[in-house]
Amino acid sequence: MAAARTLSLRQRDTRLAMGMVLPAILYIVLLLGIPIVLAVVYSLNDVTTGSPAMRFIGLRNFQGLLATPDFARAIGNTFLITTCTLVGVLILGTIQAELLMRPVRGKWLIRFLILLPWTAPASLSAIAWLWMFDSTFSPLDWILRGLGLLGHPGALFGDFDNAFWLGRSGLALFSIILVNVWRLLPLGTVIILAGLNGVPRDILEQAEIDGAGYFRRLFHIILPMLIPVFGVTVLFTFVFVFSDISTVFILTRGGPANATQVLPTLAFFTGVQGGSLGRGAATALFLLPVLAAVSILILALIRRREI
Amino acid sequence: MKAVDDVSLEVPDGEFLVLLGASGSGKSTLLRTIAGLEHPSAGTIRIGGRVANEDPPRRRNIAMVFQSYALYPHKTVARNIAFPLEAIRLPAAEIREKVEWAAQLFGIDRLLARRPRELSGGERQRVALARALVRTPTLFLMDEPLSNLDAKLRHAARREFKRLHEQTGITTLYVTHDQVEAMGLGQRIAVMNDGRLQQIGTPDEIYHEPANIFVAQFMGSPPMNLIPDGGWLTGFHPEDVFQPDGPVPDGHYPLPITVQQVEALGADALIYGTLDAGGAELIFKQPARTSGGLAAGQSVTFCVPQTMMRRFDARTGLSAGKG
Amino acid sequence: MTGLYLATALFVVFSALPFYVMLITSLKTQADIFSPDIDPFWFSQPPTLDSIRLLFEQTQFVQWLLNTAYVGLAVVVITLALAVPAAYGLARIAGGWGETLGIGIFLSYLVPPTLLFIPFSKVIAFLGLQNSLGALIVAYPTFTVPFCTWLLMGFFKGIPRDLEEQAMIDGHGRFSAFMHVVLPLAMPGLLTVVVFAFTLSTSEFIYALAFVTHSADKTVSIAVPTELIRGDVYHWGPLLAGALIASIPIAVLYTFFIDHLVAGLTSVAHD
Repeated sequence: MAAARTLSLRQRDTRLAMGMVLPAILYIVLLLGIPIVLAVVYSLNDVTTGSPAMRFIGLRNFQGLLATPDFARAIGNTFLITTCTLVGVLILGTIQAELLMRPVRGKWLIRFLILLPWTAPASLSAIAWLWMFDSTFSPLDWILRGLGLLGHPGALFGDFDNAFWLGRSGLALFSIILVNVWRLLPLGTVIILAGLNGVPRDILEQAEIDGAGYFRRLFHIILPMLIPVFGVTVLFTFVFVFSDISTVFILTRGGPANATQVLPTLAFFTGVQGGSLGRGAATALFLLPVLAAVSILILALIRRREI
Repeated sequence: MKAVDDVSLEVPDGEFLVLLGASGSGKSTLLRTIAGLEHPSAGTIRIGGRVANEDPPRRRNIAMVFQSYALYPHKTVARNIAFPLEAIRLPAAEIREKVEWAAQLFGIDRLLARRPRELSGGERQRVALARALVRTPTLFLMDEPLSNLDAKLRHAARREFKRLHEQTGITTLYVTHDQVEAMGLGQRIAVMNDGRLQQIGTPDEIYHEPANIFVAQFMGSPPMNLIPDGGWLTGFHPEDVFQPDGPVPDGHYPLPITVQQVEALGADALIYGTLDAGGAELIFKQPARTSGGLAAGQSVTFCVPQTMMRRFDARTGLSAGKG
Repeated sequence: MTGLYLATALFVVFSALPFYVMLITSLKTQADIFSPDIDPFWFSQPPTLDSIRLLFEQTQFVQWLLNTAYVGLAVVVITLALAVPAAYGLARIAGGWGETLGIGIFLSYLVPPTLLFIPFSKVIAFLGLQNSLGALIVAYPTFTVPFCTWLLMGFFKGIPRDLEEQAMIDGHGRFSAFMHVVLPLAMPGLLTVVVFAFTLSTSEFIYALAFVTHSADKTVSIAVPTELIRGDVYHWGPLLAGALIASIPIAVLYTFFIDHLVAGLTSVAHD
């Protein structure tokens, strides 16, 4: 009698749990799952916005893509921009986090200002940079001209009056990377800061007593203990930058001449503006295995390193 | 509110001094100030004859073991022990030698490749000790190192510390709240309360000649009994009493009580009673086998030798010598 | 010490400079803006509210702001309704498969909208929601719900089981214990979810770009880049003003709750 009663209590609990979890799972499975399946289906078909019918062509979309130089360029750019942003965010984020550990006056204001690049909507802050990089009115150019680094023959940044941050292929890539680092830096900083605060005070004091100076403590004690936190920073930075469309879309539209094209923008232009849905879906699908692989890799590394 | 107030301490070379006190008494703050982790608002710290106030911890040639042992979690035991030697940039061969010597000294040489999280509490403590002594410091500071150990391990660890001190002869400052530890380990004990030094002396002096009421009631388990007597307090230890066979002998102070409760604790018995005259609540400690006959409600007379009694000024709390 | 302040100042300038420039430029006269040799960091002619007036009176900026707020609030409601029970169920009751499902939900957050927007727009069309705010209200929970569920799981796990068990002994059922004991204690978590669901939806770009083309129905995050830039003509004054005005409230809101976000993110490193 008693055994039957306890069993039904656990059953009731499980049923309650399922009931609570089900709506969310259903929503996600349906509204995320169906588009994922559709994306795969489109990528295997010759679909365009013009012709509603679907013609199964297997992997030809993918083969076609791999043969296109634009696609190769887009993949290369996506990886380049992402890894450069990562390096920038890790290094500058650590420095900034160390600075924020010290007592400063006006901490709340400083915090708000430092967080702005991340907390402001991406597309809107991209507009600010559109102005900063403008080919005629750029405030950065104004400063460079004032410093004599621009605008006269032999100047470091060239003898034009403007640097054309978004108009020269190498410089445009740099500009995209700069904006990404600028935007992701606050996120990296706060994560690393949380990690720094998590290093037990005992251990730092012990290191001091054991004879370690600032740099020895930093490189031999603090940074190694921050590896899980760096892992989290890398994970989120990678995911955000790798799949980001708004920065390139607003600043360069992928130009000049596809110099800054990345996978998400290529997918958009192929699918929406070019009308070739199959190709667009195929392009976008390349994002998934990379994101999945990197996420799983980093999560595994973080957990293995658990102290 | 001062954490440490007007403390003057002189520790001769090679001494094992215990800083004893409850939480908040200032003992840890004092230790940390000597280490250089806290800065005194006034006063001088001299280590080995030289003024150390301006020296950061790493210049003071001290070693310290924290309550948590503060082992570097991402380093192996060997690298943990080697760390202080790496910091002074000894050549690799010398470091290896010294690490092995320290590891053998503490019996952890087979653990050198392990990480701290794989070790037991006792093993971690030994790694912390090995790391502390590997570079033969001038001063050895310990902040409640036994608090994290199981009661059983504490006995063994205490003996280890004593043996270690006898072997190395390094001046040691040891902080604890446990008076049994203090009595067992210290050559001298410094009792602290509210940031002030209450008394420094040998364990015998602290226990048998407490300088004030605080020390009297801090030591001993149970602590000293105090009986109000005019403007004085008369004190004696619970274990110094006995039940006379006949009338109370000369030179002994009579203690007629009504028994409230008797606790049989195995080897000893604790007898709780109220003094007939004045109603003071007293605790006596007697061997369990002689206390079998006692029961609640009985009127019994104990006594205590007058030479074992102490007098305290009820107003200032200070000792006025023997009662 | 001064080195510290200097370094900190450099970082602050780096972060805030574009916003500062936006602020100044929004208040400049046309002539002041469109002269490349004039100081872009301060006024050469007295500041004016012309650009802002233009923004509010001659564009649909207010409508876009309202659209954004409306979408944000609707998404918050849906997210709370779905994520709160799911997080509780996974944190408390589910045990073993709760952990795996939790990680699965977290990973589903990593599926990028840039992958899904093309087929998703077909789903939206199928539901008859194309070119409306309803499309966004339906689409946004697909990333707010995973993120917020995972965030809330952490919160719920932090509430001691003892309290619920005490409530159940005192006569509550599990669900009732949840409503009366757990939810009030999880208020900070719920508030954080509200803020993030709101800020995530108001900052979203690609779905809004793909699903809504009718200008009156746009949210501010796509309206400002697409509607205030016509071809090659950049009305910088109203453009920058619009970007700034729309950014600041969201940034302020986000800043208040970012500590909880970070706690959630760093817990990935620990669990």
